[in-house]
Amino acid sequence: MLAIALIVFRETLEAALFVGIVAAATRGITGRSRWLALGVGAGVIGSLLLAAMAGEISQLAEGIGQDLLSAVILAVAFLMLAWHVISASRHGMQAAGDARQLGRALSDGSSTPWVLIIAVALSVLREGAETVLFVSGMVAGSGAQSGSATITGTVLGIAVGSATGVVLYLGLSRIPVRRLFLVTNAMVLLLAAAMASQLARSLIQAGLLPSLASPAWNSSAILSMDSPLGAVLHAMLGYDAQPSGMQLVFYASGVALILIGMRLMRPAPRPLSRPSPPPSALA
Amino acid sequence: MTFFIRFLSTAVLLCATTAYAADIEVPLIIQAHQFVPAEVRVPAGQRIKLLVLNKDDTPEEFESKELNREKIIPAGNRATIFIGPLKPGRYPFFGEFHQSTAQGVVIAE
Repeated sequence: MLAIALIVFRETLEAALFVGIVAAATRGITGRSRWLALGVGAGVIGSLLLAAMAGEISQLAEGIGQDLLSAVILAVAFLMLAWHVISASRHGMQAAGDARQLGRALSDGSSTPWVLIIAVALSVLREGAETVLFVSGMVAGSGAQSGSATITGTVLGIAVGSATGVVLYLGLSRIPVRRLFLVTNAMVLLLAAAMASQLARSLIQAGLLPSLASPAWNSSAILSMDSPLGAVLHAMLGYDAQPSGMQLVFYASGVALILIGMRLMRPAPRPLSRPSPPPSALA
Repeated sequence: MTFFIRFLSTAVLLCATTAYAADIEVPLIIQAHQFVPAEVRVPAGQRIKLLVLNKDDTPEEFESKELNREKIIPAGNRATIFIGPLKPGRYPFFGEFHQSTAQGVVIAE
């Protein structure tokens, strides 16, 4: 029962921390709880569908279908998070850090809530499908585990995993509003970079990208991925104890792309009161 | 920024030189929540195509910290996992869903 709870907990943790950060990043937006729930709900339904089709997906493209699907999910999640960071930093600058104003700017100034609903749904989908496959396998397999032990373990794993996300959200909520969005924006930026690194891993596993240096380093003796801190840092920052060189390239490129996007989208400085040159001067 | 561009172009060059080597195919079977063979010997320094067949009626997750791989193989299904090129050494792997019995190791030599 505890073994089942532990595996379900590990799968839930990543999505729960993700939702916790997004919830903190969107404080003050009207109707936020409703659309967060919508994202999680869509992810859960998607997980059930994906798990039901797992056999077919697995056989696609000579056995790399699953990796290709993960790569697409991660690429879309990266784009959604990147777009959120870029547009939130733009609105944040205009709204001078007031939560309610920023909330209003986000909810009527852009399509950001949709962007985040999709990102939340994809995050839940990724971890959820694995959980559904694992639990259904446990129920179907005539192993030593009884049905009730499987269900208890699953519920316990989901509950403790979700509680970790709630704790993170409550912790972030204590940050003063003025600084909160700086912090959450930085966290979403790093989440996006983590997605980029995982994207590289999927493509390497599928044989579509070389790993470059593999591993680039090995810090598993210092901070193992199995340790609680290692698992949390993996979920929040994309920490990897034995990353490949290609993952580092993707991580750094992800950060760089978002920073460049933020620079390009920065609100233009107020125009100086100098008359623009007549059209003839341009020719 | 220039460092970054140089880094990327080096990466692209490395891709171009390593992507087209022929892959060695190695079959691996999951049966009764065990890997058969439990010891997989492969040449070092070459990319390996692991062809995993799950003969059980439950899904399994092939996982290895040392190989940096993680992939679910649904019940009765096949999956392809590319590993390497590896330095000579031992690279343990396990089935996350049945970790007590599903243990194996890739030996690169």
